[in-house]
Amino acid sequence: MNATPLLALDATGVSVRFNGAGKGVTALSNVSFTLEQGGFLTLLGPSGCGKSTLLRVIADITKPTSGAILVLGKTPDEARRNREIGFVFQESALLPWCNVIDNVRLPLAVGGKHKKAANQGPSAEELLALVGLAGWEKSFPHELSGGMRQRVAIARALLGGPKLLLMDEPFGALDEITRDRLNEEMLRIWRETGTTVVFVTHSIYEAAFLGQQVMMLAARPGRVREIIQIDLPEPRKLALRETADFTKMAGYLRTVLETC
Amino acid sequence: MSVQTMESQETADAALQETADASWVARQRSEAFERYLMPVIGTVLLVVVWWLIIVAFKVPPYIAPSPVAVAVTFANKFQLLFSNLVPTALEALGGFLIGNVLAVATATVFVHSRRIERIVYPVAVLLNSIPIVAKVPILILLLGNGMEPKIAIAALIVYFPTLVNMVRGLQAVSPQSMELMHILSATKAEVFWRLRLQTSLPYLFSALKIAASTATLGAIVGEWIGSQVGIGALIIQATYNFDSELLYATVLMGAFFSLAFFLVILGAERAFVRWQPESR
Repeated sequence: MNATPLLALDATGVSVRFNGAGKGVTALSNVSFTLEQGGFLTLLGPSGCGKSTLLRVIADITKPTSGAILVLGKTPDEARRNREIGFVFQESALLPWCNVIDNVRLPLAVGGKHKKAANQGPSAEELLALVGLAGWEKSFPHELSGGMRQRVAIARALLGGPKLLLMDEPFGALDEITRDRLNEEMLRIWRETGTTVVFVTHSIYEAAFLGQQVMMLAARPGRVREIIQIDLPEPRKLALRETADFTKMAGYLRTVLETC
Repeated sequence: MSVQTMESQETADAALQETADASWVARQRSEAFERYLMPVIGTVLLVVVWWLIIVAFKVPPYIAPSPVAVAVTFANKFQLLFSNLVPTALEALGGFLIGNVLAVATATVFVHSRRIERIVYPVAVLLNSIPIVAKVPILILLLGNGMEPKIAIAALIVYFPTLVNMVRGLQAVSPQSMELMHILSATKAEVFWRLRLQTSLPYLFSALKIAASTATLGAIVGEWIGSQVGIGALIIQATYNFDSELLYATVLMGAFFSLAFFLVILGAERAFVRWQPESR
C-alpha cells in the first residue's frame, strides 16, 4: 500500500536553456517543488521569469535541459499520452471551421490510439453545461465573445477528465469584467471537477484570488523565489477581494514580486 | 421608475429596435443594389463608348467591328463558336485539374520534408520563369498536335501559383494549434487532415480563382500553333481572314467561359469556407 498519495507534480532541479543567438537564454534554472493532487497553484512573476516555460515543461511541449519532473508519478511524455493533462492557452485555439460541440470533442477526434482515453469522464454536453455554455453547441467560434471562446477551450481541456489542468494566462486577453466573472467560475469548476490546476498569470489579484498556493518566480534566470500559502476563507467569492485579509495578501505578494 | 413608465420605455426600446432593424435591412438592400448594379453600369458604359467610337470615327469593320455587329455574329455563329469552345473548355478543365492536384500534392510533400522542398522548389521556380509562349512549341514537339499539349500548358500555368499559395496555407497554422495537437498526441496525418488542410483552404481557393482564368488562357494560347479546332484556333483563323466580327465574337465566347469557370470556383469557395467571416 502506498502510504503517501501520489503527487500531482514533483520537480527536481529542472533547468531549461534555449540556444538562441549569442549566448542563449536560461529560461529556468534549477526549479524544484512539489504539488499535491487537488491543489490550485498559480505561477506569478515578472515577464521572462519562465512561468510559461515551466508550464510547457509539465505539458511535454518543452523538454528540460537538465533535471526531471514527474507528473502524477510519470514522465510528462507518459502523462500526455495517457491524456492526464489538459491545457488552456491564452488564445482559445479553437478550430474556426468546427462548431462549439465539435471543438470540445476534438480530444476524441485526434490522438491515434490515445484518443480512447477521452471517453472517460463527463461528456462534451455536460462540460459545456459546466462552463455555462449549454445551448451553444451548434454555434461557431466567430459567433462567440472572447470570454465564451475561453469557456469552450476550458471545456475542451476537461474532456476525458484529466487529473491536471494547465492554464497559460487564459484570461489575459479578456476585459476586466469578463475576467472577474471567469475567475469566480474557474474556482467553481475546480471544486466541481476536483482536478489539480496550475495557472499562469501576471496579475497579483488573479494569483491571490485563485491560488491555494502562489509560486513566485524570479527572472533572468527563471527560478523559484518563494511558494506562498494563500489562506483565505472558502468558497472564495469576488467580494473577498474587498476584504482586509485579501488586500494584505496581495500587498505581500507585491512586495515579494518587487524583489524578483 | 414606475411600472407604467418602464413598460412604455420598453415599448419605445422595441420600436427603436424595429426602426434600427428596418434601416439595417434597407441599408443591406441598397448595398446589394450597389454591388450588383454598379458592375452592370460599368459594362454597359464600356459597350456604349466602344459603339460611339466606331460610329464617330467611321472605323471600318475589318479594323474593329461595332458591338451590334459582334452581337449579331455571336448569335448567328453560335453553333460554330460553341463547337470550338468544347475542346478549349475540356483542355482548360483537364489542365486545371492536373495542375492543381499536382501542386497540392507537391505542397503537401514540401510541408513534411524541408529537404525535398529545397531540391524541388528552385526547379519549379526555374520552369515557371520560362514564358508560356516559349513552352508551347516545346510541348507540341513533345506531345503532338492533339489535346495533350494544351492540357499540359494549362496545367503548367496553374501549377506554380497554386503551389506557392498552398505551401503558405499549409504552414499558416498557429503555433498554439500545433501545441494543442501535440498535447493531444495527434499523429502527423491527423494534424494534416484536421488542421493544416482546413487552414489552407482560403489560400487554396484564392489560387484556384486565379487558376480558373489562367487555365483557360493556357488552353487558348496552346491552340495558336497548328490547331484546327478550339477558341485559340478560331481566333487565329478570324484574324488572318480580317473577320473582325468573328474574332470579337470568339474572344467573347472565351471570356464567357472563363467568367463562368471563375464563378463556379467562387461558389465552391463560399460553400466550403463558411467559417471565415472575412471571405464572405
